[in-house]
Amino acid sequence: MTDFIAVTFTVATFASGVRLATPYLLAALGETLGQRSGVLNLGVDGVMLLGAFFSYWAVLKTDSITVGLLVGIGVGLLLGVVYAVVTVGFRAEQGISGIGIFLFGLGMSELLFLEWVGTPLPISSFDRLAIPLLSDIPKIGDMFFNHNLLVYVSMLLVPGLTLLVNRTTFGLNIRAVGETPEAADSLGVSVARTRTITILAGNALAGLAGAALAIEIGIFQHNLTNQIGFIAIALVYFGAWRPSGVLAGSLLYGLVTATVNQWKTAGLVTGAASSFTTMAPAALTIVALVVIARRTADQPAALTLPFARGH
Amino acid sequence: MPVGPRARSRRATLGRLGGIVVGGSAVLLALLIGAAMIIGLGANPLEGYKELLVGAFGGTEELAESAAKAMPLLLVGTGICVAFRAKVINIGGEGQIIAGGLLSTVTALAVPGLPSIVLIPLVLSMGLVGGAVWGGIPGALKAYLGVNEILSTIMLNLVAVQLFNYLLRAPLMDPKQIELGTRIPQTRRLSENADLPVLISGTRLHLGVVVALLAAAVAWFFLWRTTTGYRIRAVGASAPAARYAGMPVKRMTMMALTISGALCGLAGAALVFGSETHRLQTEGFATGFTGSAGFNGIVAALFGGLHPLFTIPSSFLFGGLLVGANAMQRAIQIPVALVIGLNGLIVVFVVSSNSMRERFSRTMSIAGEAAEHEVATADAVVPSVPGPSGALTSGDDSPSRADPESEP
Repeated sequence: MTDFIAVTFTVATFASGVRLATPYLLAALGETLGQRSGVLNLGVDGVMLLGAFFSYWAVLKTDSITVGLLVGIGVGLLLGVVYAVVTVGFRAEQGISGIGIFLFGLGMSELLFLEWVGTPLPISSFDRLAIPLLSDIPKIGDMFFNHNLLVYVSMLLVPGLTLLVNRTTFGLNIRAVGETPEAADSLGVSVARTRTITILAGNALAGLAGAALAIEIGIFQHNLTNQIGFIAIALVYFGAWRPSGVLAGSLLYGLVTATVNQWKTAGLVTGAASSFTTMAPAALTIVALVVIARRTADQPAALTLPFARGH
Repeated sequence: MPVGPRARSRRATLGRLGGIVVGGSAVLLALLIGAAMIIGLGANPLEGYKELLVGAFGGTEELAESAAKAMPLLLVGTGICVAFRAKVINIGGEGQIIAGGLLSTVTALAVPGLPSIVLIPLVLSMGLVGGAVWGGIPGALKAYLGVNEILSTIMLNLVAVQLFNYLLRAPLMDPKQIELGTRIPQTRRLSENADLPVLISGTRLHLGVVVALLAAAVAWFFLWRTTTGYRIRAVGASAPAARYAGMPVKRMTMMALTISGALCGLAGAALVFGSETHRLQTEGFATGFTGSAGFNGIVAALFGGLHPLFTIPSSFLFGGLLVGANAMQRAIQIPVALVIGLNGLIVVFVVSSNSMRERFSRTMSIAGEAAEHEVATADAVVPSVPGPSGALTSGDDSPSRADPESEP
């Protein structure tokens, strides 16, 4: 038991947890943006898988992480266009369309991986970027200020999106469209345009999340995300549709994953029992969903409802 | 005021025809995109699709194989139909298949000596029970605590896979594997008395296929010919209205997910005892055992207009596609994953065209009724789940039109 505690509460575990939280955070922030405008996107995991594959492949070919990240964003944007056409243009049912996108991503990422790459060749991973002065703080420095650039970017997105949603005209539009689209429409706010923008931004972040995951791990394989995209959606509920709440949830998941990894590395969990540590994040999500289920008051009122003028 | 019967039946016929056209074009469009991708990957799509068709439907053996592959899709799809009628989305098919497979396997290991006539019904029932438990949990969480069922079922899939891995690596592992030290995560050869009989010798067509067909018929009867089924549909059409009418909304929600789970669990049991190896084994993730039926069954149900009887041909089609995809992989080296991706596209197309078609037919019907001096009624309500007016069977059955007079 003491071994478990000794391995868990180390600077290395915490630092690794902060890094592993990045894909969750990016995907969940994107989903938050969409849901605040009334759009549920269940296809996040599929977008992440395709983003992960294409950025993995781009890094493999060009050896440039920047290109990989841009490719991830691009793939997300493309799928965002598809999702916007389907849910805003055709006003299709959001839950099912999302499952369609998920299956598409699951199948196509595996197909292209098998066809274009075949064997899981490793790619170069992120470079560390220590922040001067702050990274010199004992322990705290290594936990928070000695990571790759994407970790900082995703963290900065939290206050950034909070300001955008709460303090700008566009943010007001997002909230209006998510709560009472009829009222927003009558005041001249374009529901379709606002939702299209949040869908595009959300999918771009999901694609980037996939890229972050593939580059952090340095490899691609079948179903690489293992449902991180769905956990990210749960995190939006967990965080009560607020970026800061989403950050707290993402850090929790990053830490749980890092801890489980450390236990495995230290040989504390072996053989069949490792199944139980692997299921920990999913089990935790169910518990979290039960705990937060009562807080539906925070949910955007028009979530999942397609909008058509004159109905 | 209700819409005149003539206008209604004409619209139902139009809806059905439109549904077939829409469903067919969705598959065609997906196959066209697939063809473009095959060309992009440097292979010949015509040759590939020919192999796919021949591999799926080219002979007795192929047809039997497609039917066997369709079996879990039909059971999962039927469960999806029941759940969607109550406006519940069950993405937990994978986990529920595993739960049913595990419980039936444990049963067969515990009482291997029972005669077939007892053991086969017993293991299939235990499959139902295992799936019902795994579907009942998210059902209860949704009904009584308001937990989003999409997320809870997805998470329960992950939990089930790991439970599966654990059980097959430790307590359920074949003693021979431990003795030899090979430690392949699989059970011993399960009792021969539990083998599902093969219906046409030399093929893979086993009793499970008949069970699945029966289940679809029973589900149709349940939904449209029993009070409970009516209540489930009423809850799906409008929970507030159902509550006002004194129906136990929460119990119906939970029941819909439990039934959905039970049918998936039955698929799990039939997969184990209808398999060629007659043992349960794992490759670390679910897909080896389930063949992604938990997801592909959703596609089959959607394509069948969320109607259990129309899900029968639809499952056969998608089962055939999956079997044919293996033949295609052998012939032109394009991985089966292509078909999974195309299934996703078909879902997107069907859902998009449904909402388009709904708008179109609403405009048409309102215009038509104005001419007949009739007032458009509840038909104008756009349901948020494509179940009712969904795909192939738009018509009088839809929950959004579930008026008590239409009940026998």
